[in-house]
Parts: sequence; structure tokens; C-alpha cells
Amino acid sequence: MAIPRFWRETPSRYNLFASKCGNCGEVHFPPRSVCPSCHRKSIGRMKSIKLCGSGNILSYSVVHDAPEDFEMQKPYIIAIIEMKDGVRLTAPIIDCDECDIDIGLEVEASFRKLGQEGKAGVIHYGYKFRPLNTTPPEK
Amino acid sequence: MDVGIVSYGAYVPRWRITPVEIGRVWGTDGEAISRGLNVKSKSVPSPDEDVITMSVEAARNLMKRCKVDPKDIGAIYVGSESHPYAVKPTATIVAEAIEAAPDLTAADYEFACKAGTAAIQTCMGLVASNMMKYGMAIGTDTSQGAPGDALEYSASAGGAAFLIGASDIAARIDETYSFTTDTPDFWRREGEMYPRHGGRFTGEPAYFKHVLTCGKNLMEIAGTSPEDYDYVVFHQPNGKFPLRAAKMLGFGKEQTTTGLLSPMIGNTYSAAVLLGLASILDISKPGDRILAVAYGSGAGSDAFDITVTEHITELRKDPFLLVSNMISGGKFLDYATYAKFRGKITLAEGSK
Repeated sequence: MAIPRFWRETPSRYNLFASKCGNCGEVHFPPRSVCPSCHRKSIGRMKSIKLCGSGNILSYSVVHDAPEDFEMQKPYIIAIIEMKDGVRLTAPIIDCDECDIDIGLEVEASFRKLGQEGKAGVIHYGYKFRPLNTTPPEK
Repeated sequence: MDVGIVSYGAYVPRWRITPVEIGRVWGTDGEAISRGLNVKSKSVPSPDEDVITMSVEAARNLMKRCKVDPKDIGAIYVGSESHPYAVKPTATIVAEAIEAAPDLTAADYEFACKAGTAAIQTCMGLVASNMMKYGMAIGTDTSQGAPGDALEYSASAGGAAFLIGASDIAARIDETYSFTTDTPDFWRREGEMYPRHGGRFTGEPAYFKHVLTCGKNLMEIAGTSPEDYDYVVFHQPNGKFPLRAAKMLGFGKEQTTTGLLSPMIGNTYSAAVLLGLASILDISKPGDRILAVAYGSGAGSDAFDITVTEHITELRKDPFLLVSNMISGGKFLDYATYAKFRGKITLAEGSK
């Protein structure tokens, strides 16, 4: 991915900034400048909002035949996540064994390396999701 | 003006490997090394984790504990000897990821294992001189030992972040003192993947001379003695050195246990003393006094005399942020997977 494109997406990749239509209230991620439902009625009324950072797995797949950039991480889990804010997004699931992944599992955003432009190029960072820790620590 | 720790956050990666497993591959007695170092396992980062991701996680855990507006943070300094970029700061990415940018100053520090405590001292000065409301100091590392080298049995990964300010202080820093000399005990040249060290030379003239002198001089300045402290934490390149340093300075085992994490997670370098301090803050009571002494090869020590205040309890509402929670439940790797995770396997040209 080109450096300027990734740089423009920093707010959504680092901090899950989305857009909310000021006309119908629909939330979009990645953010949009025009609402796909309200079209011109939404122009100038789109607001930037930050997603809460957690949601539930709607569906998932375990990738065994990985693209070149992800060879070292296979097998890995990729999932569609229904965020608490009502929007859906696709992201890798980390810190989770294949046997523990399930539809409905509660997950939260974390900050990880997404890729790099070769050994000497820029490194891209952003969100991946991990199971929400729900077991209190032993005293 | 009182200056101290307003909030803190820790991060330890999920993966572990034992010295026994490392020794199995290199034909050495891993059990004897494990006993000798007093390191039962060490933390290992995932392939998609580095100093930047772990610094962000620690900084976010810090922000979760307190109600500080990130826009009030005037400085972010990240100390590490394994910054992913030689040129391009880790601190700018942390600033953006916690929404503290753009009205602040940011920089990366390097002083072997004590760059994080050097960052704390800088933040103390900036806050005490009223140049800013808060400064954030982070110590994070993903250091490596060359395959088969003695360092490989303990070099691990972790991060800790501390917010330094003058109001709502959870742990007041009463005194700080540093002791610095030119000592070639451990180094990594520009462009080299693995560090080199002076073997036994790293003990007496390096670690012990600096840690003991710095700790002793700080207690002299503060007018204290070992019995005045409830907890003590030293830099922990293994589980043995800090126990010996504590004994030589006159501290008992009960004062050292809480802050000693290297037996479980190995040597987290720039994060070592900071994670130990975070672990102490996780359980300490208002009025408790802590002595923290960092050590960085090259060489120098930073010491801190700290008193816990009543605000500490407000920072401990989320049990998932406790260091003990991050240390427990680690997943163990075999050496082959560890080597793949740490990029120790030479791949064909063009492979990622």
C-alpha cells in the first residue's frame, strides 16, 4: 500500500475513527465523506466518531494458504466483527488459539504491526482484535 | 513542588520459552542454566509485535487507569534498545495512538536497559519547572541474544509506561540520583542484529558497581536506610543479580520478592525495573516506600526514592491491568517456533 494512502488512514487504523451520518445516524467504518443512504442530504453533516473498541465475532475463517506478507503468521484467523457501535469490520484475531475461536466471542481492539514495505521500507501499524479477557486474575 | 507517578501501565506479550528448551537445541544443560540464572521462562513477542506496538499497549493501559486528557500530556519519551526504526521515532506513533498529538514534544531514548528511567527523570524536570502538566516515560524492549549465546536464555520482551505529573500523584518521587561511567560491558554496533557482551566482566565492574553505588548514594541523599523501605526493585538481567545486590545493600527477601519478575519473564531490558515497579504499585498501600534502581550497560544507574500516596487505590480498579494478570497464563513455544517468531531463520530472497 502506498505510504500516503496508509498515512491518510491513520486515525481509523490506530484509533478506530468512523463516520456518523448527521441525517440518518448510520455509522460507517472506514469513515465516509458522504452517507451511502442519504447521499447529498448528508453533505456537510458527516461527523467523526470513535468506535468503542469492542464487539463480537459474527463469522470467521482460519487462513492456511496465506498471502506472501502473512506467510510467517499462518495459520491465522480473520473475522468479521460486529462492533458494539453497530458497525461491522474485518480484522485478524490474535492471541487466540484455533480451538478457542467461536462465533459470538467477545473481542477488543489491540495495536499490532500490519505489514512492512520490505526490510528497508515503512512499517504499517493498526488494529487487530483479541479475545476480551473475562477471567479475573488469580489472587 | 511534589512530582511523581500519576498513572502507570504495563504490557507483557503472551508467549514464553524456557531455558530448558533453548538448551535442548544448543546441546547445553538448560536446567543448570535456568537454575544458575534463576530464570524459569522468558516472554517472547509475536511476529507482529515490536517496541512500537508494546509501547502503545502500555501507554493505553496507563490511560485506562486515569482520567487524564491525553491533550494535557506535553512530552512522550520512549526508552529502548530495540526501536524498529533507526531513524523515525517510536514516540510519535505512541503519541498518535493515544491521541496526545500534535501539541507535544516527543523523542526516543537509548541507554541500554535504563533509557526508560532516564525518560522519567526528564519528565520530572519538565513537570517541576512548569513547562508542562504531564510527561509520559516509557521503557520497552524486544531484545535478542544471538542464537546459542548466553543472552538468549534470558533476553525477553515487555513494556511499561509512567505518567509523571504534579497533581493527583499516586506515588511521589522524593529523590532521584544517577551514577554514570564509561564501562564497555555490553554493546551493539549500528547495523548489527545482536548485541555483544564482556562475559563475566558484566558482573562486578558493571552491574554491581553501578547499582550498589547508586542505591547507596541515593539512600545517603534521602537520609534513609534499607529498613525504611517496604519494597526494593533493581534492574534484573536475570533472577540472581538483583537478589545479590539487595543482600549486599542490606535488604531482606520480603522487600525484593514483589518487584522481581525476571524468574517468570526473563530480562525485559528497558522495561525490567519499570515492570517490577508497576508490579509493586499493583499491591502497595498508601505510605509504603519504594527504592528502585535501574541499570543500563555502557554504563549507568538511576535510583528513585518513592512514597506511595492515597491516590494509588484509584488506579487499581481494573484487575486485568495488573502485571500479575499479564504474567500468568503465558503460552509456551518450542525453539523452532520461537526462532521463526524472532526472525532467526534465514529465508529465501524476497520472502517476508
